[in-house]
Amino acid sequence: MKIVVTVKQVPDPNSNLTLEADNTLSREKEVVLDPGDECGVEEALQLKEAHGGEVILVSMGPERAKDAIRKGLSMGADRGILITDPQLAGADALLTARALAAAIKAEGPDLVICGTESYDGSTGMVPPMLAELLGAPQVSFAKKVEVDGSNLKVHRQTADGYQVVEVATPALITVTAAIAEPRYASLKGIMAARSKEIKQLALGDLGIERGEAAETIEGLAEAETRKSGVVIEFDGTAIDRIMAVLAEAKVI
Amino acid sequence: MKIWVVAEMHQGTLAPTALELLARARELGDVEAIALGGGAKAAAATLGKHGAKVVHVNEDAAFDDFIAEPATDALAELYKQGAPDLMLFGFTPDSRDVAGRLAARLEVGLISNAADVAAKDGGFVAKVPYFGGAKIASMKANQKPAIILVRPKSFEASEVGGTAEIKDLAVTIDAGSKRSHIVERVVEASEKVKLEDARVVISGGRGMGGPDNFPLLEDLAGALGGAVGASRAVVDAGWVPYSMQVGQTGKSVRPGVYIAVGISGAMQHTVGMKASKVIIAINKDAEAPIMKMADLGVVGDALKIVPALTAAVKAKKR
Ligand SMILES: Cc1cc2nc3c(=O)[nH]c(=O)nc-3n(C[C@H](O)[C@H](O)[C@H](O)COP(=O)(O)OP(=O)(O)OC[C@H]3O[C@@H](n4cnc5c(N)ncnc54)[C@H](O)[C@@H]3O)c2cc1C
Ligand SMILES: Nc1ncnc2c1ncn2[C@@H]1O[C@H](COP(=O)(O)O)[C@@H](O)[C@H]1O
Repeated sequence: MKIVVTVKQVPDPNSNLTLEADNTLSREKEVVLDPGDECGVEEALQLKEAHGGEVILVSMGPERAKDAIRKGLSMGADRGILITDPQLAGADALLTARALAAAIKAEGPDLVICGTESYDGSTGMVPPMLAELLGAPQVSFAKKVEVDGSNLKVHRQTADGYQVVEVATPALITVTAAIAEPRYASLKGIMAARSKEIKQLALGDLGIERGEAAETIEGLAEAETRKSGVVIEFDGTAIDRIMAVLAEAKVI
Repeated sequence: MKIWVVAEMHQGTLAPTALELLARARELGDVEAIALGGGAKAAAATLGKHGAKVVHVNEDAAFDDFIAEPATDALAELYKQGAPDLMLFGFTPDSRDVAGRLAARLEVGLISNAADVAAKDGGFVAKVPYFGGAKIASMKANQKPAIILVRPKSFEASEVGGTAEIKDLAVTIDAGSKRSHIVERVVEASEKVKLEDARVVISGGRGMGGPDNFPLLEDLAGALGGAVGASRAVVDAGWVPYSMQVGQTGKSVRPGVYIAVGISGAMQHTVGMKASKVIIAINKDAEAPIMKMADLGVVGDALKIVPALTAAVKAKKR
C-alpha cells in the first residue's frame, strides 16, 4: 500500500505562542511536527509493517519545515516532499489543500492520512478539501483502521461512540490521537533519515497560482476573560463554601 | 441577503446546532434551511418555527448512510439554482466534512471555528477564537458565498413562530458519491444525563490520577443530577470515552455549574466550558490557569475533596 501522510510543522505546544506584528502566529519559536500528524505517521508505519508498501510524507511550509519531515523520516517513513514557496506565506486552507493535492496526485497513493485538525490552524478544513480535490472519499475522526485487500474498515469516532465505515481505496482518512501511540525515533532511525530523500517543490512546479485570500483579519481583540473569583485552601470550611455556591446557583 | 443554514440531521432527528444557527441567521437576512436525510420533512416544521422561510428537503437514505459526498452533491446542485450570500454550517464533525468538500468544489474559501457572525459593509464578519483562544479575530469573508462554520452553543435557539415553505430538492446521488459507507453505529456512552444538556457538569482531568477514580465523579454527578465530562488528556489516555470530552475538539457545554476537577485549564479545554454560569475548580495547584477563571477555586487533593463534597450533597438532600 502506498501511503501519503500530510505533516505540518507547528509551534511547539509546550512553548507559549507569540504573535507577529501582522497578527499571524510567530514561526520563530520552537517548532515541531504537529502531534496529531505524528499519530498519522505512526499509523502509516504500522499499516506498512502489516501490509507492505511505502510511506511518503508531504508538507507545505517554509524551508525549515524539512525538520518536521525529517522527524517523520526518522520514525521510519521512506521519503518526503516539501512544497515551499514565498508565495505560500499565510496560505489559507483552500490554497494549502490545492498545493498538497497537486503534489499528492503526482504520487497516486492508495491512502492519504491527515490529522483531524492542526495544532495551530485548528480549522480541520484542509483534509475534506484535499479529499474533494483528489476526488477521493474521506473518513474523518478515524480511531482504528483495518485493511482487507483494497478495502478499509474504519472506526470513526462520534459524539456518543463510533461508526464502522467501509470504504475502498484510494481514500483519505483523518486520524485522532486514539489511533496509535507515536514511536520514538531510534538512533538508527535518526541516522538513516539523514540520507532519505526530501524533494522540494515550488508553486510553479505544481502549476498553481495564488488567488484571492478567502478572508482577511480585520482586527484582534483580547478574548473576554472571566473575572477571577476566590481561591481557597481545602480546610474545614471549604466544603461549606462549595455548598454555598451550589445553593446560590440553585442546583442543590 | 439570502442565507442558507445547513441543518444537520442525525438519523431522523434534527441536530440542535441547526436551531442555534437559525437564531442568528434570521437577524442577517432571509433564511433558507437545507435538511437532508430521514426525517427532513418533519424537521422542516421546527426549522420554520425558528425562522426558516424555506426548507429544502430530500429524504434519500444516502444522506444517512454515506459520509459527506451525497450532501455535497445536493448542496452543489441547489447552489446551481441560485447562490446565497452566506452559508452557515455547525462546526461539527459531519458538517465540517461537507463544508470542506463543498468549498473546494465551489472554489471558494471558508471561515471555520467561528464563535459569532455579523453583517458588515454588505458582507460578513466572523469572530474566531485565535491564538489558542486568548484572542478573538474579526475575519471578513472576501468571497461570495461566504461559508462560515460556527461552534455549537454559540447562539441560543429560540422560536419566533412561522411556517416554512417546503421545497423538494431534486438531486440524484449516483454510485460515485456512495463511497464512505456507514455500516454500523456503536453507542458507547451510557450517560443518564446528556453532557450538553446537563445543569451541572463535573469534568475530570489528569489530576484524577487514573480511570479507577472516575466513579468518584459519577457519584457526585449522581447526587447533583449532573453529567460527567473530561479533558482531552484523559480521553487520549483511554481512561474515558471521547463522548465525554469537553473542549475545542470535544463538546461545548454551558451548564449552570461546571466543576473542573484535576484539570489545568488549557485554552483548548476552556473554550468548551467558559460560557458556564458558575465555574468551580478543584486543583492541587493554586497557580493552575483554571483557578484564574473559576468563581471558586479550591486548592487540594481531588481524591479527598470530591468524596467529601458528595457526602455533603447527599446529607443536604436527606
Ligand atoms: C488541537 C488541540 C485540540 C485540543 N482539544 C482539547 C479539547 O477539546 N479538550 C481538552 O480538554 N483539551 C484539548 N487539548 C489538550 C489541552 O491542550 C490540554 O493538554 C489538556 O486539556 C490537559 O488536560 P488536563 O488538564 O487533564 O491535564 P494537565 O494539563 O496535565 O493538568 C492536570 C491538572 O491536575 C492537577 N492535579 C494533579 N493531581 C491532582 C490531585 N490529586 N488533585 C487535584 N488536582 C490535581 C494538576 O495541578 C494539573 O493542573 C487540545 C490540544 C490541541 C493541541
Ligand atoms: N501546511 C500543511 N502541510 C501539510 N499538511 C497540512 C498542512 N496544513 C494542514 N495539513 C494537514 O491537515 C490536517 C488538518 O489541518 P487544519 O485543516 O489546518 O486544521 C493537519 O493535521 C495536516 O495533516
